[in-house]
Amino acid sequence: MPDLLIELFSEEIPARMQTRAAEDLKKLVTDGLVEAGLTYAGAAAFSTPRRLTLSLEGLTAESRAVREERKGPKVGAPDQAIEGFLRGAGVAREDLEVRDEKKGQAYFAVIEKPGRMAADIIAEVLERTIRNFPWPKAMRWGTGTLRWVRPLHGIVCILTDETGTHVVPLDVDGITSGNTTRGHRFMAPDAFTVSSFDDYEAKLKRGRVVLRADERADAIWHDATHQAFALGLEVVEDRGLLAEVAGLVEWPVVLLGQIDDAFLGLPPEVLQTSMKEHQKFFSVRNPTTGRIERFVTVANIETADQGATILAGNQKVLAARLSDAKFFWENDLRTVKAVGLEGMGAGLAEVTFHNKLGSQADRIKRIEALAREIALHVGALPDLAAEAARICKADLQSDMVGEFPELQGLMGRYYAIERGLDPAVAAACQEHYSPLGPSDDVPTAPVSVAVALADKIDTLTGFWAIDEKPTGSKDPFALRRAALGVIRLVLENGVRWELLITLPTAFRYTTADSTYSYFDELIPVLGWLGDLPKEPFLHDIEDWKSKDLAPNLATYIPSDDLTGRERELAASKLIDRVLAGNSELVADLLSFFHDRLKVFLKDKGIRHDIIDACIAMPGNDDLTLLVKRAEALAATLATDDGENLIQLFKRANNLLTDEEEKDGVEYSYGADIKYAEAEAEKALFAALDAADAQIAPAMQAEDFSTAMTAMAALRGPIDAFFTDVQVNADSQLLRRNRLNLLSRIRKICLSVADLTKIEG
Amino acid sequence: MAEKPRSFQEIILRLQTYWASQGCAILQPYDMEVGAGTFHPATTLRALGDKPWAAAYVQPSRRPTDGRYGENPNRLQHYYQYQVLIKPSPPEMQALYLGSLAAIGIDATMHDIRFVEDDWESPTLGAWGLGWEVWCDGMEVSQFTYFQQVGGHECKPVSGELTYGLERLAMYVLGVDHVMEMPFNDPDAAIKLTYGDVFQQTEEEYSRWNFDVADTDVLLQHFKDAEAECERILAAPADDPKTGKRIIMVHPAYDQCIKASHVFNLLDARGVISVTERQAYIGRVRALAKACADVFVQTRAGGGAAA
Repeated sequence: MPDLLIELFSEEIPARMQTRAAEDLKKLVTDGLVEAGLTYAGAAAFSTPRRLTLSLEGLTAESRAVREERKGPKVGAPDQAIEGFLRGAGVAREDLEVRDEKKGQAYFAVIEKPGRMAADIIAEVLERTIRNFPWPKAMRWGTGTLRWVRPLHGIVCILTDETGTHVVPLDVDGITSGNTTRGHRFMAPDAFTVSSFDDYEAKLKRGRVVLRADERADAIWHDATHQAFALGLEVVEDRGLLAEVAGLVEWPVVLLGQIDDAFLGLPPEVLQTSMKEHQKFFSVRNPTTGRIERFVTVANIETADQGATILAGNQKVLAARLSDAKFFWENDLRTVKAVGLEGMGAGLAEVTFHNKLGSQADRIKRIEALAREIALHVGALPDLAAEAARICKADLQSDMVGEFPELQGLMGRYYAIERGLDPAVAAACQEHYSPLGPSDDVPTAPVSVAVALADKIDTLTGFWAIDEKPTGSKDPFALRRAALGVIRLVLENGVRWELLITLPTAFRYTTADSTYSYFDELIPVLGWLGDLPKEPFLHDIEDWKSKDLAPNLATYIPSDDLTGRERELAASKLIDRVLAGNSELVADLLSFFHDRLKVFLKDKGIRHDIIDACIAMPGNDDLTLLVKRAEALAATLATDDGENLIQLFKRANNLLTDEEEKDGVEYSYGADIKYAEAEAEKALFAALDAADAQIAPAMQAEDFSTAMTAMAALRGPIDAFFTDVQVNADSQLLRRNRLNLLSRIRKICLSVADLTKIEG
Repeated sequence: MAEKPRSFQEIILRLQTYWASQGCAILQPYDMEVGAGTFHPATTLRALGDKPWAAAYVQPSRRPTDGRYGENPNRLQHYYQYQVLIKPSPPEMQALYLGSLAAIGIDATMHDIRFVEDDWESPTLGAWGLGWEVWCDGMEVSQFTYFQQVGGHECKPVSGELTYGLERLAMYVLGVDHVMEMPFNDPDAAIKLTYGDVFQQTEEEYSRWNFDVADTDVLLQHFKDAEAECERILAAPADDPKTGKRIIMVHPAYDQCIKASHVFNLLDARGVISVTERQAYIGRVRALAKACADVFVQTRAGGGAAA
């Protein structure tokens, strides 16, 4: 059984693409070979900055011959049908056989596919793989038309078996396959031949190339931690950086360098970010002080001076970078000292958030008003939440964040501490952006939670108001993420907060700043567009509903062409539109929250129909309550009683609904036990009374699990009732009483959740 | 390995000699204000069409927003780029480039030279390519790009482009920490000059003018004028009534595109272009670049049918 070795040798492949590309190579080649009838025992793919490598062990030497018979049209069928069959089977007409079938004679094609040599198949599959490789971004070079991530220079493609090593001949746009490759670009640039994978990997190592990315990463981490340990220091772990650096070198050489004392006063995150983003250095920390004191850089070469020149050069570049950072830090501290964070953020009035939603300063005002309101629901002091909201984005105007956008929030926290602000306010500067993703930590400090919620609600209502909702796969403003953020902030902190209290107000704020929807409303109403001040729009939604607003608003309409009466009329029309639009937006956004909640809970194993059953209940704008109900329902449905109760409820409900439709009445007068005949019927009366007594107070106390357990306990009595009692009795009196009894079942069940929504 | 160069100009001279020996035509800087060496028609236009091309040149470049009054150790509003364009890109392009580093005294066995992913894109030129930033001991010393598209046209064949930021590269090679202290000519010359002797004053003057004094109304008018003139030139019929020859005036039109681009950079430095307007201006310059590219490929130099 031969082994196959493939190497695609190119100019430097971007680090972030290497691992995926190696896997793609493996998949495309092995899939192609298997499809063509070959099998193999094992496959492994590797990557370095300059090569993708695939090793296949125990490949079959040739594919088996295949004989296939296909039945075609009947003899005498139209020519068209026969032609089509010939095309599909790939045979000529004279090769068709005629055979007797039960229903007459039919054509048969016998297709003989001879076995093919592995080499032929490999050449074909590899060429196809190279030509159709799924690089995230590919390019052409020179005069060729071939596309690869960077110019492709060489192809090693050899089969090794007991008779020796055989090159699989292949020519892709003038690049011919062979058995030679090269080592390290500078340390071993000469070509050498390889005879097998083991030979290849060993010779590469001699040529200063470590083929395996994980081996390079391990070596880097091992050397870095040892060198740091010798100085009593530790390397700050960063797996992403480690993987990237391992993709930038073929022969890692770890060098530990100094950071000039002048920079050691910078916040550790600043040092770390600057070193990582600009230089791809690891940070080395003093475990006792937590300060970053050294760095690790990974070179791709061994030099006669043991890397001294390289390290000196890197230190110099770092010093230049860090002097910039230090300059920014000191400048920012000066600004904060002189004018505070609000002063630092003054320029946000000039920064557009979105051209239909005003400036960043407008947005901050909205967030402040919302944070103040939301604070009451999350146990934060309203004044503190408002203060945090006012300054939480100030650091966007700092020099440091201008240079390192990823430090937004964190720098605000540092500057707030420097300014001596309340620690809760400082923390909110950093934490109000969270959670950014499904696995990101959710803040728990009340002030942070209030501002984080306000920030996200403003984003959502803003883009809803200007009709920039996510569609399909497009969500350019990350609104799904914002909604998920709200959901997680609420649920993980157990916040009791009715969205319908806050959303209308939030929409008022955003629409006041949105010159789009409301001034657009004004054009047809007034036939005029101008600088209408924002103040009248900032009224609370309750004010908009009151009658006093119209005359007030009318005074803001500065058109000389209108009489006082016309202005007031225009103002009323505007109010009507605003109110109508507002409630539509609120309802739409709430249902968006519900959709996101379904996705969120689905990941936690709660089915969408269970959530639907709970969304149909009152109080569905209180997400904590909603989820509590859904969890209780899911738990109940998971029990044997619960599952069966659903079936019985549906039976009762369907029967009742049918009869109600037939009779044109609703059976909700209440059943009377004195007409109960069978034991099962009497028992059901008793059971329903008992359930009522338990469920009503439990629901009152939001103790859903008690309520639902009580409901599930009805399973036995209802089951017995259906078994022993015929609802549609001949006696109309008995029939109606029993239907009224079913109505009680329905009422009790629906008081817990809308069980009609449950599927199955 | 050649001896280490001792001055800024020696580095330039060595690059010139090296690329001349590799068969490049050593061109002179384009005589207009540009933001980068790419704007030189020897790159932008010559990257188009199928005629082979090999050129190298120094291009003085201006980035008004980068002015720091000569105080920053390596930020300048006026600086030099060294530019190489070879079409089609030869298979040994990387080796040729490394040869140029050796020529200016960077010994590849003593330094850590790396090709780090960097996709190049010029929204104003409607151009993009794939390649790397080249790092030497952690410092970016060049851009290396395989042009894929210029002026909205697929590059066939593909050109290989090299851009060296000369000041930064030279500071590294010469071991200088502040650009203004870098020896410009031979440090042993009778009249020795530093980079600061030549440019400190102009950096101050231009920084002030770029940031605070340039007349924005006039500049806005210049932008419109350049745009209009570019369109007018391109709209002229190809057949010249005077000579009876077919003369497509692509270079004069492209000059106006360059002018519009630089005026836009000046307006940007003056802070009068908002975020939303920015995109619109870039789009307008791109439209000019694209129009010039469309026409260039019809000319002889562009390998078109107008030959």
